[in-house]
Amino acid sequence: MLNLYGTEIASRLLLGTARYPSPAILTEAVKRSGTEIVTVSLRRETAGGRNGGAFFEMIRALGVRVLPNTAGCHGVSEAVLTAKMAREVFQTNWIKLEVIGNHDTLQPDVFGLVEAAHVLAGEGFEVFPYTTDDLVVAERLIDAGCKVLMPWCAPIGSAAGPLNLSALRAMRAHFPDVPLIVDAGIGRPSHAATVMELGFDAVLLNTAVASAGDPVAMADAFAKAIEAGRQAFGAGVLEPRDLAVPSTPVIGKAVFA
Amino acid sequence: MRLIVNGEPQDITAKTLSELLTLMEYEGEWLATAVNGELVHREDRVGHALHENDRIEVLTPMQGG
Repeated sequence: MLNLYGTEIASRLLLGTARYPSPAILTEAVKRSGTEIVTVSLRRETAGGRNGGAFFEMIRALGVRVLPNTAGCHGVSEAVLTAKMAREVFQTNWIKLEVIGNHDTLQPDVFGLVEAAHVLAGEGFEVFPYTTDDLVVAERLIDAGCKVLMPWCAPIGSAAGPLNLSALRAMRAHFPDVPLIVDAGIGRPSHAATVMELGFDAVLLNTAVASAGDPVAMADAFAKAIEAGRQAFGAGVLEPRDLAVPSTPVIGKAVFA
Repeated sequence: MRLIVNGEPQDITAKTLSELLTLMEYEGEWLATAVNGELVHREDRVGHALHENDRIEVLTPMQGG
């Protein structure tokens, strides 16, 4: 079981709720994935509350835990206020904290992220920071009160997969007891399996499922890949080496010449 | 009174945040409100007086990743 701020979670797949072809397909993908946590955002209402109301009811009907986010926030005060407004709506102290620093890469502003994490932890929030794979930033986030880290493996929505395996491996080794959730950049199930084989605790996905040809089938594929990757990590994955090692014993080999 | 609601200037007679939501037909337990960058809790909307040029944000749950 995965322990996130004292809550035991069986599924190691977290799903975003954006970009699905329809609410029905989102619902089905969530069910098929087996996820227990979905991410949602807050936006300005344009229809007197009706748009948000319909979405809110649909999410509640899923019966899963909600991880609200501060997606698109570019400053500390904006992110902190959005987090507080999300707590008002969803009645949870959980917040996926995003403080974006670059428009093109959607790379976190790690300085603002640490500052916002500190403020929110002080106000009783349980912060899930969307961060880079930088160890020093990760240390600062933990110092700020974060008990979970969510490093990217590639830019949001890029589907590029883990771009820096060495950094991810170092992060796992450096924080053996901190739940690490890879967030952003996963494009296909094999990417998810790869990071799980490294020993990461979970994966957060959105576009790779929502924009697939068949999101429901893809949700299932990701669930299996994540489970396989986790099982492989537990079983002890063989490390690569430069030279061949015969798998068949040489002793007893017939000599014909 | 001139108010900025979700970034749009509005000429509206509401004296409190709660009146504003009613006049603009915002309703629902899922709405979150802020005035001039500060959260206003649901239970405080009735007593929250509005002033000229106040900036009001009304947010609602939406799809996100």
